[in-house]
Amino acid sequence: MSVSQVRIALRNCGVINPENIKDYIARGGYDAMAKCLFAMSQDEVIDIIKKSGLRGRGGAGFPTGIKWETARRAQSDVKYVLCNADEGDPGAFMDRSVLEGDPHAVLEAMAICGYAIGAREGVIYVRAEYPLAVKRLQIAIEQATELGLFGENILGSGFSFTMRLYFGAGAFVCGEETSLMNSVQGGRGEPRLKPPFPANVGLWNKPTNINNVETYANVPTIIRNGADWYRGFGTEKSPGTKVFAVVGKVNKVGLVEVPMGTTLRDIIEGIAGGIPNGKRFKAAQTGGPSGGCIPAEHLDTPIDYESLIALGSMMGSGGMIVMDEDDCMVGIAKFYLTFTAEESCGKCTPCRVGNMRLLETLTRITDGHGVEEDLTSLENLGATIKDTALCGLGQSSPNPILSTLHYFKDEYLAHVREHRCPAGTCQKLVRYRITDKCVGCTVCARNCPVSCISGDRKQKHSIDQSRCIKCGVCFSKCRFGAIVKG
Amino acid sequence: MTAKADACECPPTEEVGSYPEIDAFCDTLPSYDGALIPVMHKAQEEYGWLSRDVLLYISRKLGVPASKVYGVATFYSLFNLEPKGKFKINVCLGTACYVRGAENVLAAFEQELGIKNGEMTGDGLFNLGSIRCVGACGLAPVVMVNDRVFGNVKPEDAKSIIDEYLGEGGEAV
Ligand SMILES: Cc1cc2nc3c(=O)[nH]c(=O)nc-3n(C[C@H](O)[C@H](O)[C@H](O)COP(=O)(O)O)c2cc1C
Ligand code: FES
Repeated sequence: MSVSQVRIALRNCGVINPENIKDYIARGGYDAMAKCLFAMSQDEVIDIIKKSGLRGRGGAGFPTGIKWETARRAQSDVKYVLCNADEGDPGAFMDRSVLEGDPHAVLEAMAICGYAIGAREGVIYVRAEYPLAVKRLQIAIEQATELGLFGENILGSGFSFTMRLYFGAGAFVCGEETSLMNSVQGGRGEPRLKPPFPANVGLWNKPTNINNVETYANVPTIIRNGADWYRGFGTEKSPGTKVFAVVGKVNKVGLVEVPMGTTLRDIIEGIAGGIPNGKRFKAAQTGGPSGGCIPAEHLDTPIDYESLIALGSMMGSGGMIVMDEDDCMVGIAKFYLTFTAEESCGKCTPCRVGNMRLLETLTRITDGHGVEEDLTSLENLGATIKDTALCGLGQSSPNPILSTLHYFKDEYLAHVREHRCPAGTCQKLVRYRITDKCVGCTVCARNCPVSCISGDRKQKHSIDQSRCIKCGVCFSKCRFGAIVKG
Repeated sequence: MTAKADACECPPTEEVGSYPEIDAFCDTLPSYDGALIPVMHKAQEEYGWLSRDVLLYISRKLGVPASKVYGVATFYSLFNLEPKGKFKINVCLGTACYVRGAENVLAAFEQELGIKNGEMTGDGLFNLGSIRCVGACGLAPVVMVNDRVFGNVKPEDAKSIIDEYLGEGGEAV
């Protein structure tokens, strides 16, 4: 079956010139805002978002309409609309594409949200690592303000809304909403306990609605086309579409936007063109450092928020990293733990110390010093960290380990029992062997930096394992495929 | 929101230099609330890194205790508390780049330059570092040199990339 993409969040990306507001307006831009300001009450706007079933695209999938309603009900003279454009998941770039390709969609949605909840100021927290996105947002704000679409008394409606940009400075935890607000206030980006939720106590302690870039990008079309139209895509519990950044071992790397409920197989084998070089699919990682690896037997699961959690992973922001037989699952778990251990803000002990211990254990295993008990301690400690950490970072950081332990236990066992890496990627465990395909060309022996390969010309060569430094030069130089690793 | 805060009242104990660029930037701000990080971004853009002197200056200018300024400066990985080389080579170690062999690319740069990740060459020309996803995952593995992006980099490309900048930088330094 072939699946097709449905572009809602990405509807304008690559279609309009993002630096010219007229392009956006020509495609119905700012109609939704005008409709809200002149033809809808605040409650009607919130109602349509609630009915649409739109859920947060930044990770947890919280219903957007309910969030807006809470902020609307909060009593305060000052409220804020915040946009989370920190996109910290390493290997995901859909928010970047929306900001660079269709910045007005996000701005328009924020103004709509401001109208609905009663806020006059919007703040976008954007990664400093995305200079083009920053530039496009600046241009967009300028042009919209010039046309009177932002500022005082917008289009004579009596509603005023201004927009401000704020830059991150390279800290993953700042994607967490309470950390993000601390960062906007000029402090260390450390999270705090919830509740109170931002909708009641947010930026500068004022009620604040915070949504992700892609969440906002859906809003204007929902207002224009209605909740029923939106519900025509996706599943009962997860309506609409989701943008995924499909990267790694696939033929066609890039962004795809598909209705919720599409299967992993349709995305990976269909849209992304399958795995290159005739290799076998091994796992798809979703949810970034908070998610897990999904093995081949679950490729036919329709993906939405709930099904991914049931598989031990999560939606996250939409990163999808495809791995083949050459990728070591212990190695990928270690990769993510290296990331979370480094990015832990250090405020709570389970995350600061616990992730470090997890990483040490994984390092021992990939270095060939692991024992079987290590696997139990990974499980126990992982479960404890999830239960006790302060914020979403620690509460989900063990997931990459727990999911790979669950689905790829054999691979862990090979590492600890036989000190062998089946995928052949753990440097310290790799063993290079010369097979009978060797024709004795001597290329490997001449290139070996430690001269540990011997053999006569035109005779099969052999590697002295005790002196081999596992640099892999022989493997890459051999023109006959005679050297194998594993 | 409060107006611009008065400067900290502790007696200054250390002389600091003057930084007119920071003053000029601060003059454009409507309020010093939450201004610390934008001011540090600006200072780093001007001077390349944040010296102790600059941090102290910012502390006094904004009326924020030096301890807090230091705490914030060390929290965020984009702030450099040490000078950087003329050419900043950053190997992306994001997930997409990782599964496409970024670790080997980093190792190749370490070997070519004779320095480790996070270090600067003795001549102050190159800095080697790693970053986490620049959003160019389609080109993985990705290496950035200052603002320029190199895609689909193989370990054996390290030398030619470095050579390209050696040509440029040799005379200038
Ligand atoms: C460690 C951590 C990192 C996060 N990073 C991001 C991020 O980069 N972008 C994002 O939109 N949400 C991120 N979130 C989720 C936010 O806390 C928040 O739930 C989201 O911005 C709410 O918007 P939504 O309801 O539209 O999804 C992160 C959460 C955690 C715990
Ligand atoms: S992971 Fe390297 S650019 Fe995204």
